[in-house]
Order: sequence, then C-alpha cells, then structure tokens
Amino acid sequence: MHIAVPIRLMPKIGDEIDVDESGTDIDRDLVEMVLNDFDDQALEEAVLIKEATGATVTAVGLRSEGIDQALRLAYARGADRLVLVEAGELDAYDSRTAALAFAEALRELAPDLVLTGVQAPTDLFGQIPPYLAATLGWPQANVVVGVEASDGAARVIQEYAGGRLAVLDLPLPAVVGVQSASSPPRYVAMARLRQAMTEAQTETIEVGVDAPATAPELISLSRPTPQAHATMIEGDADEAAERILAVLRERGALAG
Amino acid sequence: MGDVLVYVESPVNDRLLGFARPLAEAAGGALVALVAGAESPDGDGLAAADVVLEAAHPALSPYLPEAHQAVLAAAIRERTPDLVLLENTTSGYDLAASCATATDLPFVGYCVGLSVHGGEAEATSGIYGGQLEATVRTSLPAVFAINSTALHEEPRGAGRGERAQLAPPAELSELRTKFVEPVVPPDEGVDLTKAERIVCVGRGIGGADNIPIAEELAEALGAELGASRPVIDSGWLPKVRQVGKSGAKVTPKLYLSLGVSGAPEHVEGMQGAELIVAINSDPGAAIFNIAHYGVVADLFDVADELTNLIGD
Repeated sequence: MHIAVPIRLMPKIGDEIDVDESGTDIDRDLVEMVLNDFDDQALEEAVLIKEATGATVTAVGLRSEGIDQALRLAYARGADRLVLVEAGELDAYDSRTAALAFAEALRELAPDLVLTGVQAPTDLFGQIPPYLAATLGWPQANVVVGVEASDGAARVIQEYAGGRLAVLDLPLPAVVGVQSASSPPRYVAMARLRQAMTEAQTETIEVGVDAPATAPELISLSRPTPQAHATMIEGDADEAAERILAVLRERGALAG
Repeated sequence: MGDVLVYVESPVNDRLLGFARPLAEAAGGALVALVAGAESPDGDGLAAADVVLEAAHPALSPYLPEAHQAVLAAAIRERTPDLVLLENTTSGYDLAASCATATDLPFVGYCVGLSVHGGEAEATSGIYGGQLEATVRTSLPAVFAINSTALHEEPRGAGRGERAQLAPPAELSELRTKFVEPVVPPDEGVDLTKAERIVCVGRGIGGADNIPIAEELAEALGAELGASRPVIDSGWLPKVRQVGKSGAKVTPKLYLSLGVSGAPEHVEGMQGAELIVAINSDPGAAIFNIAHYGVVADLFDVADELTNLIGD
C-alpha cells in the first residue's frame, strides 16, 4: 500500500496576520509558514496506517517558501519519501490550480490512497481533496476522523453536523480529506528533527499546469466588521477579572 | 437563465433558501431547491422555493458523497443556473469544489456575503480562520459554498411552489463507494447544548497540563467545560466537550472563552450564546468580532484571578 499525503503551509498560529500594501495578500514578513494543521492530521493518520499495515507514506509539497522544512518535519514524523512538486509560480490563493499540480504529480506517483487535510486557511477558491477527486476521477470523502486501509479499500469515518458519524467504504484509489487523525499528531523530539534535516532526501517532480480560464478574482483582503463591537476591558489581570465579574453580575450570568 | 440552484440537505435548513432569495431576484431567475433523497420530499421547509427539483433514488439515502456529487452535477447540467449554492457543511466540502470541476464552473468558498451585479457576483469570504475577509469577484455561472454563520434569516415569503423531477443519473446504479453504518457515539453524560454557562478553552490554553486552570474557573462559575477543535484534536479534552461545527451547537446564558481564536467553524457552534466574554492574548483574534466583552491578556492570570474573586 502506497499512501500519498499532499501537504500545504499556513501561517504559524499566533503570528500576526495583517494585510500588506497591495491589499491582496498578507504581510509575509510577519509570519512564518508552517505545516497546515489539517495536513498534519492527515500525515499522522497515514503514519498510523503505515504502522498497522507496513504501508509506504510519501509526503508531497508544492515549491514555496517554507515547504522544505515542512517536508522534513513529515519525514521526522514517519514519512518514507518526500516529493517536491515544481509547478512554476502559483498564486498563493489559487487552490484550484494547486490541486491540478498535485494531481499531475499523483498521476506519476500512482498511490493507492491520498490522505490530505480537509482544508487550509487560504482555501478561498476550493479545498484540495474534492478537486483532486474530481480531477483524478477517484471516489472521495471529506471531514473524515478515522481511516483504516486494507488491500483494495479504505474504510473511513465521516463526520457531520453536531458530531454525527458514519462509516463509508471507498474502493482504492481514493481521496480522503482528513479533519482529525485517530490519535493526536505525535510529538517529534528536536534531536529527531535535526536528524531528519540531514538525512531526508527530497525527490523532485516537474509538472505543467494552466490556471482555469474563468477563475474568480481576489479583489482585496480586509479585517472583518465586528458583529458585536466587543467592549474591550482594559487593565491588568486583577482589574480585568474584577470588571468581568461585575459584568457577569450585571447581566445575571452568575449561578444562583 | 438567472436561476439560483440551492443544494438542500436533509434535514432542510431553510435559511439557505432565505439567503438565496435576494440573489434569485437580483439575477432575475427562479429559486430552485434540489432535494436528493430516497423518496420524494414532503415539502417541509421548502415553501420558499419557486421550483422543488426532486431527485429520488434509493442510493441517495443515507448520504453518500459519490451519489450526491453525481446528482448535483446532473442538476447543474440540466438547469444551467447562474448561481449554485451549498451550505459549507460536510456535504458542502464533498460536493461544491468537485461539482465545480465536473461542470467546469468557478468556485468561491467560505462566503459570508454574496451579491449579483450584471453578469458577475461579488462575494465576501472568511479567510485565515476568520481573521480576515476576502472580497472576490467572479463571472457567472459559478458555485458558492456559504458559511453556516452567514445564514441568519428564514425566507420571508413563499415561492411559486412548482415541482420538477430530475432523472437519476446513470452513475447511481454503478456506485463504487458504500455506506456501511452510522456510528452511535457513546453517551458520556455531558450535554453542552443544555448548559447554562460554558467555560470554553482554545488552543491558547497551551496543553493538557493547563486544563485544571479552566476546570477550576468552570467549577467556580457553575459552568460546563467546553473546548474548540484544536484542543480536542490534540487529545487535551474528550470529543464530547467540543463546541462548534463538528461538536455541540450551544446557546448558554454565558460563554466565557480562554484562548479561543474564533475560527468560523467554532463561531457556528456558539454565536447563539446570550453573553460572550473572550479572553485572548492576541488582539487580532477573530473571537473579538463576535464577543460582547473582550480582554486582551494572559488568560492564565485572568482566569486565576477570576476564580479567586468568585470564591471570595
């Protein structure tokens, strides 16, 4: 069994997200790009399947700032192969063309199963798994919280509103959009990460893709208009706590 | 021309039809509700549609992505609508981008606002976990996935109430995927939907070791402990404590959050709370856009102090 895990990047949690001077991108000087959260979950699920069945796991990333570190992290987590896809200059928000680039690479890699994050914070123009499934003509399921794979089939748990769940069987090859792994992504010790940095070999696949003719256009990015105009409570922790307590009393939100 | 085709899930969320109605008026077409199921729908919640387009086939219930994908793509090809709308739920993730590919239409996701001008649509979409909004323009026809948080209003009036049948596409008799069984989650004796007060922890709590700080505050307030998805996915609290799209949809008197960023998937589950107080060290956190009171501070200091004050 060969599992491919397309991975993408997101700004590190806690980094400042601010609109840059062009008005159509974030200020990239303020953020470090790291492995997308949901791709981390997909990677963990792939490694769990590897441990259970002896599958081979290939992490696949598109050339962009920060992708080398993310691929090496994938190696440290248990990926066997690392593939860097060279697709030329891709727009950071054009997930549809990114999916076409992944699909080209996947045709070459011919995995049995594709596990990837159900979404990334920049998937404005569509998520990768449904685009991959439609482009490759493979069955799919998204918002998946558990995958078991055997020869020829993947058994997945799909999650619906309110936490309802159902089990589906997908014949392979198939694409699965992972929301969470069966267990939390494993901790990687710094020593292991450093080892991966020197040990990991990355293969390169070159692909040629054209953006769709009728792509939507990103006009601008801005801060959302607050819905509630929160009253901001100032002061140090003591003052803030006192003020919160006063608000809870005023609003009758305390017990008894 | 000018039709708005709405993919309607079961159970019907008629607020998606409420969202679609002004768009049908602006586009000068009919509001068409596609209902895919094992049997003809009984019409509950569908009164706002001008046309209820029924796709009835045994393979359409229970829900299977492959089957519904085939039906939505067939409906788009047959009706050639200007706008195709889905709610950004699990089926939205499965169907929107895949059907846009199958029918060669542009797709815009995470919409919180949408308007039609001439042959174009302008959408406002949540991006970067709701920290920013993107303004997007696309030619029509196009497919749009609408965030559940944007579906505020029920339809104001009734539509024409016509009925039409969609011939089941051939793919339905040769499906590759199979529904196996529903999973019944274990009853763990926690029901956040009935809680009057909730202390909700987010990623900012930093680790399982810090959960007791939130537990103490919850106990002092007589509140249940809830959590956002990253906390659950990291294994710091059990799934039954999750608030949001894939957890509980809660409407407590008080929702007090500690280190919750306020991603749209979380907001969907708690925006109905009467009083929302958010504590987060990041002044740019999206939670402050929905909170009634906000504190930019170290959550541990404030939580400890608040627990002490209530105890006094």
